[in-house]
Amino acid sequence: MELYLDMHSPPCRLVFLFAKAVGIPFEFKHVELSTGQHYSEEFGKISMIRKVPVMKDGSFILTESIAILKYMVQKYSSSVADHWYPADLQQRARVNEYLSWQHMNIRAHASKVFLLRAVFPVIMGSEVPKEKMDAAVEDLNQSLNLLEEKFLQNKQFIVGDKISLADIVALIEVMQPLGTGLNVFEGRPKLSAWRERVKKELGEKLFDEAHEVIMKVGSLPEKMQNNSQLEMLRPKFQKLFR
Amino acid sequence: MALELYLDLYSQPCRSVYIFAKKNNIPFDLRRLSLLDGEQYGEEFGKINMIRKAPALRDGDFCLAESIAILLYLAEKFQTPDFWYPADLQQRARVNEYLSWQHMAIRMHGSKMFWLRLLIPKVLGVEVPQDKLDAALEDLNGSLKLIEEKFLQDRPFIAGDHISLADLVAIVEVMQPVGSGLDVFEGRPKLSAWRDRVQDAIGKELFDDAHRTIMGSQEAVKLMDGSKMQVFKPKILRLFL
Repeated sequence: MELYLDMHSPPCRLVFLFAKAVGIPFEFKHVELSTGQHYSEEFGKISMIRKVPVMKDGSFILTESIAILKYMVQKYSSSVADHWYPADLQQRARVNEYLSWQHMNIRAHASKVFLLRAVFPVIMGSEVPKEKMDAAVEDLNQSLNLLEEKFLQNKQFIVGDKISLADIVALIEVMQPLGTGLNVFEGRPKLSAWRERVKKELGEKLFDEAHEVIMKVGSLPEKMQNNSQLEMLRPKFQKLFR
Repeated sequence: MALELYLDLYSQPCRSVYIFAKKNNIPFDLRRLSLLDGEQYGEEFGKINMIRKAPALRDGDFCLAESIAILLYLAEKFQTPDFWYPADLQQRARVNEYLSWQHMAIRMHGSKMFWLRLLIPKVLGVEVPQDKLDAALEDLNGSLKLIEEKFLQDRPFIAGDHISLADLVAIVEVMQPVGSGLDVFEGRPKLSAWRDRVQDAIGKELFDDAHRTIMGSQEAVKLMDGSKMQVFKPKILRLFL
């Protein structure tokens, strides 16, 4: 199995972490988004959607991290413990509910804050307008509130006593703005405690390994600035800020 | 107590749940919710879904939000025919792939088009700049192109020979801009042919029943009282403009 990944991308960290945590063997194929490798002809043959992650299992190619996770759970069902994607109807529904909600909420807002802080100035050649930044942070805060108040409540993990796919899907997104200097855990003890529990279940060393790149993202603007592909990439990135 | 489904048929995810339940003869009590009247912010509904969106399901004391989760719950609980969510590893993956991709693609772009063409100018009374409309159309066209070239290709349906949840979730989203007067099927014979197959598989009567509300939008907005939406105006404008 090949996984095409750029560890700056939360859904890439997601499939990396899950595969490693449950012992699914794979070959790591690096894709450098900051230099536009996903726009290359070669990558286009792997996926015409031109996003990461991508999974290639034999000749079967699959995009979308949520789909890849569920494929892994189903294919390796004999070695993946039930709590990751419980067979119980209501518990599974809770996992699916989170996996669906997160796309347009935590994922969208955490990504936006990250892109505004780390990428906007390089691409647009100016600082982020304060209003835009404040609105993005406000949206993220509202999503984090819902994560705490609706999805976690007083439980150990999103589904209950045990970790599931929902928790990793949530945490990798929440981690995204951290490397840009925005500590989303500050003033959120419930969220911080949950983070520690998730890290412990996955393995702290593995979790830190997966997040090494994103925590060093301060160097990303310089990397992009010096890249010869910047002019080609600029209009594509500008669409993100439209 | 029967299963309750809280639905507003202006909403695409409500239509997919409605069609799926009806098609599979799943007994339910329809609880109509008017989103444009802000009924999702009522105290009662807040107890069922604190995310305050539709659709929502209540099965005994179990409440569930998110249409994708609801569809999968119903499919499993009522043991609907395999083709809706195939047990086969690769076919199921194809369905999951579409169900995941669509949130930030066709769903977002089709919704935006409906708001920009109809609700914002006609109900909120705010003029939409042409460049915003053009950008929204470009995005929508991009999503429709991917539906044709990546998700359908030369297959009759997204997962293969049979309709699945993917096609159901896709068709209700593709119909949203149509409700605003934009014929997305024009000049797209492949998409049109797929729509015909999906309609046949669902049954034209059920399909039309589910889409009656959205297809009547252009007339309905003329009679809509925009004052109830004014309180949401800043949020809506920030979201779409």
